[in-house]
Amino acid sequence: MTDQAMNQTRGAAALTDEAAARRVRRRHAANRRMQIYGLSAIGLAVLLLGVLLGSLLLTGTQAFVQTHIRFDVTIDADKVKADDLFDANWRGIAQDNFVRLFPEVTNRRDQRELVKMISNGAPYMLRDIVAADPSLIGRTFEVSFPAADPIDQFNKGVITRDVPEDQRIVTNKTVAWFDKLVAEDRISTPFNWSLFFSADSRFPELAGLSGAIVGSFYALLVCFLISFPVGIAAAVYLEEFAPKNRMTDLIEININNLAAVPSVVFGLLGLAVFLQFFGLPRSAPLVGGMVLALMTLPTIIIATRSALKAVPPSIRQAAFGIGASHHQVVMHHVIPLALPGAMTGTIIGLAQALGETAPLLLIGMNAFITSDPGGLMEPATALPTQIFIWADSPERGFVARTSAAILVLIGFLIIMNLLAVVVRQRLERKW
Amino acid sequence: MVTYAFLIIVAASVLGYLIGNSRAVGIRSGGSTMLHSLPSYHGAYVALWVGLPTFLLVLFWVALQGPVIDGLIMASLPDDKTAGLEQGALDLILSEIKSVAAGRVFGQPDAATLSAAGMYSDWHDIANVAMIVVVLAICVGALGLTRARIAAQFRARHSVERILNVIMITCSVLAILTTLGIVLSLLFESFRFFSHVPFYEFLFGLSWEPQIAMRADQVAGQGAFGAVPVFLGTILISFIAMMVAGPVGLLAAIYLAEYSSPRFRATVKPILEILAGIPTVVYGFFAVLTVAPALRDFGAMLGVDMAPNSALVAGAVMGIMIIPFVSSLSDDALAAVPQSLREGSYGLGATQAETIVAVLIPAALPGIVGGFLLAVSRAIGETMIVVMAAGLIATMSVNPFEAVTTVTVQIVTLLIGDTEFDNPKTLAAFALGLVLFLVTLALNVVALRIVRKYREKYD
Repeated sequence: MTDQAMNQTRGAAALTDEAAARRVRRRHAANRRMQIYGLSAIGLAVLLLGVLLGSLLLTGTQAFVQTHIRFDVTIDADKVKADDLFDANWRGIAQDNFVRLFPEVTNRRDQRELVKMISNGAPYMLRDIVAADPSLIGRTFEVSFPAADPIDQFNKGVITRDVPEDQRIVTNKTVAWFDKLVAEDRISTPFNWSLFFSADSRFPELAGLSGAIVGSFYALLVCFLISFPVGIAAAVYLEEFAPKNRMTDLIEININNLAAVPSVVFGLLGLAVFLQFFGLPRSAPLVGGMVLALMTLPTIIIATRSALKAVPPSIRQAAFGIGASHHQVVMHHVIPLALPGAMTGTIIGLAQALGETAPLLLIGMNAFITSDPGGLMEPATALPTQIFIWADSPERGFVARTSAAILVLIGFLIIMNLLAVVVRQRLERKW
Repeated sequence: MVTYAFLIIVAASVLGYLIGNSRAVGIRSGGSTMLHSLPSYHGAYVALWVGLPTFLLVLFWVALQGPVIDGLIMASLPDDKTAGLEQGALDLILSEIKSVAAGRVFGQPDAATLSAAGMYSDWHDIANVAMIVVVLAICVGALGLTRARIAAQFRARHSVERILNVIMITCSVLAILTTLGIVLSLLFESFRFFSHVPFYEFLFGLSWEPQIAMRADQVAGQGAFGAVPVFLGTILISFIAMMVAGPVGLLAAIYLAEYSSPRFRATVKPILEILAGIPTVVYGFFAVLTVAPALRDFGAMLGVDMAPNSALVAGAVMGIMIIPFVSSLSDDALAAVPQSLREGSYGLGATQAETIVAVLIPAALPGIVGGFLLAVSRAIGETMIVVMAAGLIATMSVNPFEAVTTVTVQIVTLLIGDTEFDNPKTLAAFALGLVLFLVTLALNVVALRIVRKYREKYD
């Protein structure tokens, strides 16, 4: 309403009695209330988004660094044979060398508690270091190994000193040892590369995402290889060639309905058809990719069709006019012009597929796998299912890991969506 | 081996294209006659005939090789080893044979298993080599046959276009095949389930305890498959979600459509859409990490005892996820109301709020209702949030502070880690899936019908 109109209503109200003026004021107040309700609804939604992202960032950033403990290791030549590294008692070697930092701890029980401060993966890391450089046998060198999860949590302040001893996992004794290590400058918190470059593990301080990232990559690759050509072909046929009859109507209704089928139902389809009927292996990225492809198809078809619709008829008429066949018009002129739109739709569809969890759970892509999948038929996890597994794990350290994994997943989604925006802005033509 | 087969196919197709193309060029330059089709179409014709049949053959071969060899191996086992065993035990024997064949030997397998394992790997090797040989033979044969057809008068372009048509139609029909696959697999497994559990007991039974004993020596419940508590839990959580998303989404849409400046709208709308783009597993974790403790503390402050996985938590977080869904559909519905209706209302002296309540919402109601129904269907089918944040045990309760379970939670928990499809526990998941599919389908159809009817009114 313009100001002038408002003034007029106010003026008219002033001419009549007090009650009418009150009524007008009430009505305007109601209007303002409506605006406030709307604004607060938007504010609430944005606030919730902020809380969601904020809480993930708050817990997730911790997992991007990892507490390490530095100490000297002496490899006795009589304990380790260069030709049979697997035979040596690496656990014992790592623990003995670590205990040497605390000569005052002589009690066996205390020593057992003491060695729990370093990660369970330390013996294997030590073995790998020696395997990479056998000349280290018989020498003393400095290593920096991840601390066990409770120490890591304590160092990051998730577990605090003010909590009574019987309620926290880190005992007062361990705290004293930790303080000694800090005083000797043996504690460091470098960037946690293993989050990206190691596979899953039972121990939070060793668990990484590389297996899940590779699995997701394979699944998305299969999804793309199936859904992109099939989606484009279907869209081109329905938009450019299909006669208007009951069959094509049926296909159209079908595609629209498929887009609204709950994702878990696609999981049931994959389980019953791909695993049960065709006997494909469980947990394989191939099956995951095929299920995701069926889910992504409607998105790609709908996006490609609207891109095809946007190509102006004059292009088609010009091509027909110089004697091109219907197929030549479509293949040489219409599809190249519609391709950026189709690619945008495909990237967005793939981004949705990357975040999809439920169908992958049903076909078993939530297995516990401690190495990167070697191929399409090997058991694997995917990023969202890895998040699900970690979210279910009881160890404290996995809370931060889960948030960090979510941040990585959201990072990939942002990259894909930005790519879609770039493709749209750079390549798409407006007519 | 499959990789090699595909490489052979690609190489043979490229070769076919080059041969067809060069032969057509040769005809054109050699004789005085004009070609009917461009040389590239002749090349494409040869390439398609070489590549397509072999590609399909390899797909079928790969799909069937495993099951066929499995069947042959099982048939070749001595009768005394397989006689009288159930499907599950047979599968165990088969997987033992497979792991022995792959070199993972546990314990002492008996002689029959060892010889079967040897046969298994032999047959797989034979089948793989046979596949390559057959693919090569077909490639060469098709290359020869199609090359012979190339002539000046040969209508290569028409043939290629016909083949392309067939490919495109096949791709379009895949959508129907997917729906058929969903419906058939759900129906088939559901019928098997209903042969164990009566139909009426599933739909109207009041007790849901699907954790039955898988082996005779396990301690577990008798099993009860009355799905009413599960349906009730689904309805409760979806209702809570709509109580959050409905008002917030609708009010946000009203503000964006009627009050906001274009700039405000252009910034806020994408931010709201982010909520829809976040994967649902993230919402599930958010519910467990942040919302559940917050709501429990809040409830404790008010003196309400709340279960850690209460319906309220799952419903509220699901509501957050659905907000952009409701707001964008309501926004579309409001935007579709003709400007003349607004102006008529202003002309009578109504304020904007009065216009919205008395004119716009009634006019846009079918679209808004349609959007709400689509949102409800989304809420019912949503899986990860409830799997992570809702309960596993079915209770007949509509108390939002208690833990309830949903259809999707039950589907996932019944099927995680289980591959045997011969007991009611896993089959029940398919019956639930069938109900879920039918309900969401019905909601979508009704919603689209309502929206469409409404659109006809003003166009």
